[in-house]
Amino acid sequence: MADPMRIRAQLAGDKANVRVLMAHEMESGQRKDSAGNLVPAWYINEVTSTLNGKVVLTAEWGPSVSKNPFLQFAIKGAKAGDKVGVSWKDTKGESRSDEATVS
Amino acid sequence: MQTRRETLKHSAIVAGLLASTGLFPQFAMAAVDKAAFQAKSVADVLKALGAGAPVESKDVTVGGPDIAENGAVVPITASTTLAGVKQILVLVEKNPAALVALFNVTDSVEANFATRAKMGQSSDVYAVAVMADGKAFFAKKEVKVTLGGCGG
Repeated sequence: MADPMRIRAQLAGDKANVRVLMAHEMESGQRKDSAGNLVPAWYINEVTSTLNGKVVLTAEWGPSVSKNPFLQFAIKGAKAGDKVGVSWKDTKGESRSDEATVS
Repeated sequence: MQTRRETLKHSAIVAGLLASTGLFPQFAMAAVDKAAFQAKSVADVLKALGAGAPVESKDVTVGGPDIAENGAVVPITASTTLAGVKQILVLVEKNPAALVALFNVTDSVEANFATRAKMGQSSDVYAVAVMADGKAFFAKKEVKVTLGGCGG
């Protein structure tokens, strides 16, 4: 099971700056191991973010997003105490959801 | 009389609209996006997404280092001040597949994203804003990658 994400949601005026750090290998499918075999691609290809359960952002990623991906975005109209959820799904069908509170 | 090319283009636009409203079946949406993520060039990505030819715009900004010491972790920001943005794309021109990330913008989020990308070699980095009407605007910036260099 994948490690938890680190999510920070900070209120700035009427918006919340959200910063997410995910733990994932993000294999591109281009790399070879020491025996010269191609390492199969394994990366996060779907990211969804919610504010109090309502979807505010969906993103699709390719293999060229860095290992242990970082994502920053801002949600409009967020208030202190609101719940920001982030979930991802990778090419092996694994997924992970985590939540943070706006402060 | 529509040519086959036009028909394909229109169906891709309709597919995009449906996908953005959430009415589109999941599997079909995945098919459209897969093509975009496999496309080799910036123009091919936009074609796969059903967007028009991109126009350079001052209202779109792309940020990144002038020189990236480590091509595996290149911080890139993409933002726009244009209203009516549907998608923000981040592209690295000389990667094996140009499209790095695609963000579906809703009314609740700002069209301003930061993430980190892998880059195989020095290349132009693009931020593309795809509008709801299919128009596309872009900004580009050259990022030099000094893999294994002394960091100067």
